[in-house]
Amino acid sequence: MDGARQWRTRAARYSLLGAYCGRCDKPEFPPRPRCPRCGHETTEFAFSGRGTVYSYSVVRQGPDGFADQVPYVVALVALEEGPLLAAQLTDVEPGELRIGQPVEMVTRRLRDDGPQGTVLYSYKFRPPRGWQTAPSG
Amino acid sequence: MARAGIAGEETGGPTRPGLEVGIVGYGAYVPRYRLPTTEPARVWNGCRAPQPIRELSVPGLDEDVVTMSIEIARNALTRAGIAPKDVGAVWVGSGSHPYAVKPTGTLVAEAIGAAPATLAADLQFACKAGTEAMQASFGLVGAAMARYALAVGVDTARSRPGDTLELTAGAGGAGFVVGPAAESLAVLEGCVSYVSDTPDFWRRAAAAYPSHAGRFSGEPGYFHHILEATRALLHRLGAEAGDFAHATFHQPNPKFSERVGKELGFSRAKLRAGSLVDRIGNAYAGSALLGLAAVLDVARPGERILAVSYGSGAGSDAFSFRVGDRIEDRMALVRPTRDYIAERVELDYAMYARHSGKIARG
Ligand SMILES: [Zn+2]
Repeated sequence: MDGARQWRTRAARYSLLGAYCGRCDKPEFPPRPRCPRCGHETTEFAFSGRGTVYSYSVVRQGPDGFADQVPYVVALVALEEGPLLAAQLTDVEPGELRIGQPVEMVTRRLRDDGPQGTVLYSYKFRPPRGWQTAPSG
Repeated sequence: MARAGIAGEETGGPTRPGLEVGIVGYGAYVPRYRLPTTEPARVWNGCRAPQPIRELSVPGLDEDVVTMSIEIARNALTRAGIAPKDVGAVWVGSGSHPYAVKPTGTLVAEAIGAAPATLAADLQFACKAGTEAMQASFGLVGAAMARYALAVGVDTARSRPGDTLELTAGAGGAGFVVGPAAESLAVLEGCVSYVSDTPDFWRRAAAAYPSHAGRFSGEPGYFHHILEATRALLHRLGAEAGDFAHATFHQPNPKFSERVGKELGFSRAKLRAGSLVDRIGNAYAGSALLGLAAVLDVARPGERILAVSYGSGAGSDAFSFRVGDRIEDRMALVRPTRDYIAERVELDYAMYARHSGKIARG
């Protein structure tokens, strides 16, 4: 991803900001200015960040910039609001995972371009331990 | 020569801003990885005896001050129940910002939806950077320049391999949405700052790890600044230790905060809620704020809380809060600090070295 594209997509990446088509009554991720189904102009849509694991696979040899986090899990996450989205999982051991596992969105380091470069931050998902979790007694 | 105290001075400036302000929401974060301190002791000293701090919190491979600040901010906003666009400042205090130049504050402001119409900046003052952000937030909101301000203190503390800091340096932090007293779950009664130029701990720009001078770190550093700031605050408020239900002091180790509490007349019971150092280590700029967040998790309406930071270099901020009725509903909206601390994945020294960047794939 080049720097200009990274910058344009930052709201979507940091906080799962998507788009909503009023005509189809459907939220969309990643966001597009026009609905891919009907061409209607979309509006901003903030996803809750809650979803479930639809499928997953463990990456043991990452591409450049991702190697310092291997092994990591890439999953298809079914967002509560509908869309399916490919994302890394974090704070989870592959052995703990199951299909249908509830997850929540967090913002984490996705890749690091080294001491002369920038750090790319992005949504990832983890088993719920943030604000969705009921407090203990 | 003893340095002058400020407790008796009448000209120390106001202890709170013109408008009544307080904490509208708060959030904490501690990463889930733990290094038992017997590990660095085993590797470097061949020692198997228990260390003064049991274990240290360690960031995940994809965590840093930015990602931890974002989670803290989200937790604080959830508790505050306000629109992110109403946040007029995002100030992040830390000694381990991922960039030397390029603010953490703008990234956090974008991620929580406070950008673009907000102030955003990073503060640097060793372990006092977070409470400095709180002081600035109280001032800004108290001067009606913003309805709300977000102050975060967080660190991923660094330590040279084999240094004694490897037995103490932890990670984590907390943040506070500051707003009008009428909306607050804890109202600010007053705050005082006390600083001096003291060379107890430092890191030059190009150095990977901090250095410290032992002879400055106890008496002239930690104890002098905390005692002076606290005594000055109590004096100006006309309060004494017995008026407070809870007190929390910066925790570089379990002994320092207990000793300073005792010297000021706070029983161990009053320090208990905010004492976290044994389970996560010294979270540096996050330490005092995490202590306050843990106290708010158990505080009851009507109680008074004393919170005091210490940052090397050196200085202390002392705050007094009165807890209001809103605390119980707001607290329950987010998982409490103790639950973040209770979740733990143990690392050995080798994995810790990878997590803390001490080794990297060649
Ligand atoms: Zn459509």
